[in-house]
Amino acid sequence: MKKKLLSVLLSVTVLASALSFTACSDKDKNGNTDEKATEGELTVYTALEDEQVSTYLEDFNKKYPDIKVNVVRESTGIITAKLIAEKDNPQADVVWGTAASSMMVLDDQGGLKGYAPEGVERILPEFKSDKDTPTWVGIDAWETAIVVNTEEAEKLNLPEIKSYDDLLDPAFKGHIVMSNPNSSGTGFLTVSAVLQLMGEDEGWEYLDKLDENIAMYTHSGSKPAKMASSGECAVGISFGYAGLSQKEDGAPVEVIFLEEGSGWDLEANALINKDEINPVAYTFLDWAISDSAMALYKENYPIITTNDVGEYEGYEGDPLEQLIENDFSWAASSRDDILKTWMEKYDAKSEAEE
Amino acid sequence: MRRLDGTGGLKPGSITMTVMTMCFVVILVCPLYSLFSKAFLAADGTFVGLENYIEYFSTPSLSVSIGNTINVSVSTALISTILGFVYAYGLTRTNIKGKQFFRYTALIPLFLPTVVHGLSLVYLFGTQGVITDMGWDIELYGRTGIILSEIIYTFPQAFLMFYIAFRYTDGRLYDAAETMGCGNFKKFRYITMPSVKYTLINCLFVCFTLAFTDFGAPKVVGGSYNVLATDIYKQVAGQFDMNMGAVVGTLLLIPAIISFGIDRLTSRGADDSISSKASTLKIKKSVSRDLVFYIVCGGMSLCLFIMVGVLFMGAFTEYYPYKMGFTFEHFSFSESTGGIQSFINSIVMSLLTAVLGTIFVFVYAYLIERSKSSRVLKNIGRLLSSVPLALPGMVIGLSFIFFFNSKSNPLNFIYGTVIILVLANIVHFYSVPFVTASSALKKHDRDYENVADSMKIPAWKSFTKVIVPLSLPAILEIFLYYFMNSMVTVSAVVFLYSAQFKVASIAITHMEEAGDIAQAAAMSLLILLVNIIARGLYEIVVYKIRKKGESTNENRKSVV
Repeated sequence: MKKKLLSVLLSVTVLASALSFTACSDKDKNGNTDEKATEGELTVYTALEDEQVSTYLEDFNKKYPDIKVNVVRESTGIITAKLIAEKDNPQADVVWGTAASSMMVLDDQGGLKGYAPEGVERILPEFKSDKDTPTWVGIDAWETAIVVNTEEAEKLNLPEIKSYDDLLDPAFKGHIVMSNPNSSGTGFLTVSAVLQLMGEDEGWEYLDKLDENIAMYTHSGSKPAKMASSGECAVGISFGYAGLSQKEDGAPVEVIFLEEGSGWDLEANALINKDEINPVAYTFLDWAISDSAMALYKENYPIITTNDVGEYEGYEGDPLEQLIENDFSWAASSRDDILKTWMEKYDAKSEAEE
Repeated sequence: MRRLDGTGGLKPGSITMTVMTMCFVVILVCPLYSLFSKAFLAADGTFVGLENYIEYFSTPSLSVSIGNTINVSVSTALISTILGFVYAYGLTRTNIKGKQFFRYTALIPLFLPTVVHGLSLVYLFGTQGVITDMGWDIELYGRTGIILSEIIYTFPQAFLMFYIAFRYTDGRLYDAAETMGCGNFKKFRYITMPSVKYTLINCLFVCFTLAFTDFGAPKVVGGSYNVLATDIYKQVAGQFDMNMGAVVGTLLLIPAIISFGIDRLTSRGADDSISSKASTLKIKKSVSRDLVFYIVCGGMSLCLFIMVGVLFMGAFTEYYPYKMGFTFEHFSFSESTGGIQSFINSIVMSLLTAVLGTIFVFVYAYLIERSKSSRVLKNIGRLLSSVPLALPGMVIGLSFIFFFNSKSNPLNFIYGTVIILVLANIVHFYSVPFVTASSALKKHDRDYENVADSMKIPAWKSFTKVIVPLSLPAILEIFLYYFMNSMVTVSAVVFLYSAQFKVASIAITHMEEAGDIAQAAAMSLLILLVNIIARGLYEIVVYKIRKKGESTNENRKSVV
């Protein structure tokens, strides 16, 4: 037993010194391209959509044919839970395109390692972590969007939606589906946006009224968009890409961004904190914010994090304007309270109706 | 019969039993400990005692989930057990035609991932559903949807348990009752019911627990109706609170513990075994009885067929319900979901699970039911065997990460390989095969071992030469159960599969998540096809074995 304890202690000290060593040497590493390998194998965890991953990686493979990228793709919730569960012995080398709010949770638990990828200065400051050496870097933003099934809306004679208040019209009662903020990041950013836009008191009042029109709260952020697309509900409160991609597939839907502004979150990249950093990881993270990668992201998510503004299909005007001034630190610090209040108000209430 | 006490520690049976129990501890107890110990810790790892539980129970909307979960589980257990009982009765105790056909039909739900049951229900009863369109709106989302989906999920299991139980019966009892002039009801009440009493109680608990822990149905058709399994999801994948997730996980274990207690109470004194002199049951002629069962079994098969039918509709329609054109397009799966390789992987994983799982389950059940190893070990074995049923896949997946991915674990090397997926599947689907195996084993005459013992024939010989051949139908059922479940499972493997080894059922979930319901339906049909082929192969094997068995029986008879 004593022996075991000793060995544990020893390994802890070795580990600690190794960590501090890498931490020191890391600083000289920034910008030192010699450390970056262009051949090898890399494990990437991501929450990007399957088809996006394929198109994006094509570009990477063209540039770095000797790097084999193994991708584990899951929904944001599952991939974050997996990263947290594996934290003590991480399997992934990098995280790619996963919610910034998830990255903050991981960062708090010491799961991320700071690294400033090449060209990180192009990323607008509000779209990357505020540490000196950023622990995560955003690539694009996704934002609350209202997905309306036009055929169902016509059948039901529903009024047009432009602003938050329009959703309170009694005509919508039982026709709106929204995601539960307790299980979905999209649900949370929507609720947090309402509270930030209207102030807490008025915001909760608004949500109370909205709740009367909600048919159900789902566990996935994209599900309301899918339900609206297949006509399972008339209106889904979801995010832009979820609705726009369904529309492209032929669903009779309209994607609406509310005029007061939308809540949003970032898809972000990060280096996983582990004993031996895979040198290929730096190469990948550099590529993942390069101009060519950004151009690809932009095809799916119009709002990318470099200050590059252009024409966007499905959006009117500058989509950056659409984003509310999201106070990430407020959202992060009030998260627990918001979720708790929400759960008490609406999770319990929807039970009583059963 | 005199029982031997735990003193025979050196007997090969006891050694095997000890080794297997230890394996079980490593793949079940240790991972669970590494997860559930978190229920008593704060997020930063400090010990907080029962504080997490107090917090959970003082949040009204969370504790409501417990009531909801019991509500849907009890309904599911009752309905599924009745349906399974009636259906199996029809297939074993009546003269209806097409029994083979009915038997395969009953197994359809097993051929498909649970998320697909939900999809079928949405195609049928959703807002745009075929049946809703005809003017019958059952308000699918919520309690109704969950119960319906759980019934589809648990019905084949209930059916299989009764089907096996009904087949092992002693025709002499009925003959005797007949000569004594007992009516049909009396025979049913005093012979049939007692002979399946053990199965009945087990079945209720299996269905209850499966519904208690299932996550697939509530996720797809549950609406806002919260159950414990969605609570875990909310805690783990929504709020990344592993500690609260562990708290809910421990609550899910309660039914397994209760069912273990009840199992102990009921099986005490209950002896379902039938003697080696048992004769096969002759089924009497009765047109009215057969007619009733034609209607019942036919009606239930029809429901299951409609379920698959709508999948075909979904898979071949351009964009349901707005573009109803016919298309093959949904079968061209994008490479990103793993393509054809994920299929091959699924089959490899399922075969491995089936082979290893069947051997483990059957040998372990044999040792528990029929060997002379110690009582304590047997009871530990029984308890361990009833636990996996209560574990949602998500709990198994997470606990495997915490245990096997720890740096200090010498078994760390299996993490990220196919082996960990196979182990997770063996544990995840362990309990139903175990019940199948132990009910089958209980039916065999005790005398086999006694005779072998007195003739100094080693136990392994009577096991391989007598017990295994006698139980072959059950063994093959178990094999197939493992194979098919591994083909369709999602919840445990979703945390464990690696970038190099993706499986088809995960691909379906990804398609469903991406809104590609039609592609998901198409992929489900392919999995269905694989499972039907597996089933077909199984039937051929069983047929050949039976034929061989019959001919050796005849040989034996001619020798005698």
